[in-house]
Amino acid sequence: MSEPIVAIRNVSKKFPGGVIAVDDVSIDIAQNEFFALLGPSGCGKTTLLRMISGLETPTSGQIIIGGEDMALTPPNKRPTNMVFQSYAVFPHMTVAQNVAYGLKVTGVESSEIKRRVAEGLEMVKLTALADRKPDQMSGGQRQRVALARALVKRPKVLLLDEPLSALDAKLRDDMRMELTRLQETVGITFIIVTHDQDEALSMASRIAVMEKGAVQQIATPSELYEHPRNRFVADFIGKVNLIDATVLGQKGRSISCDAKGLGKIEIASDKAVGSSVSIAVRPEKLRISKGRPENKSVVKLEGTVRDVAYYGDTSHVVIEGKDGLNLSVNVQNDTRLGGAGVERGQKVWVQWAPEDSIILTE
Amino acid sequence: MAAQLKPGQGPLDYGSRLWLKILFGLIFFLLYAPIITLVAFSFNTDKRGIVWRGFTLDNYSKAWNNASLIEALTNSLVIAFLATLIATVLGALVALMLWRFRFPFKGGYEGFMALPIVIPEICMGVALLLFFVNSGMMDFFVAMPWPLNLGNIVIAHVSFCFPFVAVVVRSRLVGFNRQLEEASKDLGASEWQTFWSIIVPYMKPGLIAGALLAFTLSLDDFVITFFTSGPETVTFPVKVYSLVRRGVSPEINAASTVLIVITVVATVLAMKLQAPPKPRKG
Ligand SMILES: Nc1ncnc2c1ncn2[C@@H]1O[C@H](COP(=O)(O)OP(=O)(O)OP(=O)(O)O)[C@@H](O)[C@H]1O
Ligand SMILES: [Mg+2]
Repeated sequence: MSEPIVAIRNVSKKFPGGVIAVDDVSIDIAQNEFFALLGPSGCGKTTLLRMISGLETPTSGQIIIGGEDMALTPPNKRPTNMVFQSYAVFPHMTVAQNVAYGLKVTGVESSEIKRRVAEGLEMVKLTALADRKPDQMSGGQRQRVALARALVKRPKVLLLDEPLSALDAKLRDDMRMELTRLQETVGITFIIVTHDQDEALSMASRIAVMEKGAVQQIATPSELYEHPRNRFVADFIGKVNLIDATVLGQKGRSISCDAKGLGKIEIASDKAVGSSVSIAVRPEKLRISKGRPENKSVVKLEGTVRDVAYYGDTSHVVIEGKDGLNLSVNVQNDTRLGGAGVERGQKVWVQWAPEDSIILTE
Repeated sequence: MAAQLKPGQGPLDYGSRLWLKILFGLIFFLLYAPIITLVAFSFNTDKRGIVWRGFTLDNYSKAWNNASLIEALTNSLVIAFLATLIATVLGALVALMLWRFRFPFKGGYEGFMALPIVIPEICMGVALLLFFVNSGMMDFFVAMPWPLNLGNIVIAHVSFCFPFVAVVVRSRLVGFNRQLEEASKDLGASEWQTFWSIIVPYMKPGLIAGALLAFTLSLDDFVITFFTSGPETVTFPVKVYSLVRRGVSPEINAASTVLIVITVVATVLAMKLQAPPKPRKG
């Protein structure tokens, strides 16, 4: 990676009262990245974002933006702009005045302000509403004002705190595409905070998954999904079946282990003998068949269908095997009348390719 | 199905019950009858103002031509104007400080600051008089030319008006969204720019309401003014009082009506400006 535009070095934040909101976080974010901070509520995403913007001071560690240490730079002097979770649009100003505000206070020439405000409103498609007051606008429109207001400042880094959380599902989809399009056209680094994994997976070029103030993994969306580093990430990103197992022996590049409900199976891995691991496998990687699968190399078990939930494009089937092992299987409803093709109480076989399982230790 | 309700029997139909209507009528009568009488008799031709003889505007022109009455009115308006200005600035600063900062004994200070609101006026009057006399300020101001000789009254008025402003502005600030301030700074504004372009516009309705409250309080204050004015200085309420002692004349009615009108107009304005803006459809 070339020189990162934002470098977060061992940053921690401890609030008075003892809450450690951010715990020794280090992240490098490259120029023009669409970077997402993803994690459950209260894991410190907002706090980290506010430290980048300068609205919060780290207890320890360094934040470097554009090669400069920001420790002594107040928020109004940083090359970052923020879109707040509650938008924070100025209620006593019109849309155009809101967008112009950031330029006006920094002494940009008035003709230049006019040009850039028009451009900014055009960008978020609010030109027609330029003279409205915020209290006469919908949540989505206000959000676009907040976006335009930050974009016209042409920051090096745009920070977005859960920008889509207040919108309904349809509008959220539209705005998601809008944001991706904007990011590509303006060429600004975006750092977005979200607790919605779909949002992060679909928009971001890289994602940092956080839990309890610490970063669990930083990777591209597909890497996170297919190669989660630990149980938390595997479980947080998408759905996953976690099967407890103990490593019995090693043979070349694969291990044999004793898995709950499966018995002895062999999987490619290099985990140490004796360690207890989790075999993680995504529900859509599993197949259901009525008879015993003939293929010798697949992992297979017999079980009873406990539940079938219909979701339109897919059905989610829960199958109970031996030792109380429950597996979720996603079945594509690829014919109109077939559905999942199984019924509650039915005996079926489940199979998957061993290379589709991931061995996790943490 | 429930039985049909007759009008006035609904659980919230208080307004159409007879005893409530009578009570309303009685209260309004007792509250407003004296004021209406006063205003009505300001247009009376009778010299002694006891029996209605006929309509006239003479009382108003007489009041207008009464130099000492006009001088008192001018004094009152000047005092009210200056006291309002100073009290509003002071009150707003106090409100900002209480809203923005944490400091030792903050709770204690907040209560102490509001003391002039609850302290009996007579006590305030005596206390201020003693203070002015003993500190020599009384003699100092009395010797000054107009309008500086009103200085002690202005100071006294500021001291009981500014807590009202502070309380009104403070309650307005409670609703302020701190993220607006952060957004402003994030967009490049300094502390000072943020104050003037984000916080002050937000405080404005509170400032105006507080100022008008201070203005009306100062304009018709009698007790404290009576104690703190020098022997030569007369304000409008004090003047009216001294005239009444020499017998009621319709002239006083006329002058009082003018004062009522000024106060009512100021109060209505204050209420208008303090009301939250109605969201328009659009
Ligand atoms: N000003 C503060 N003072 C004390 N504790 C705080 C403060 N701000 C946040 N915290 C605590 O720090 C932790 C992280 O908060 P933060 O707002 O960063 O979470 P988040 O990941 O943004 O959560 P969410 O998804 O709910 O917005 C929480 O436990 C919170 O209670
Ligand atoms: Mg948050």
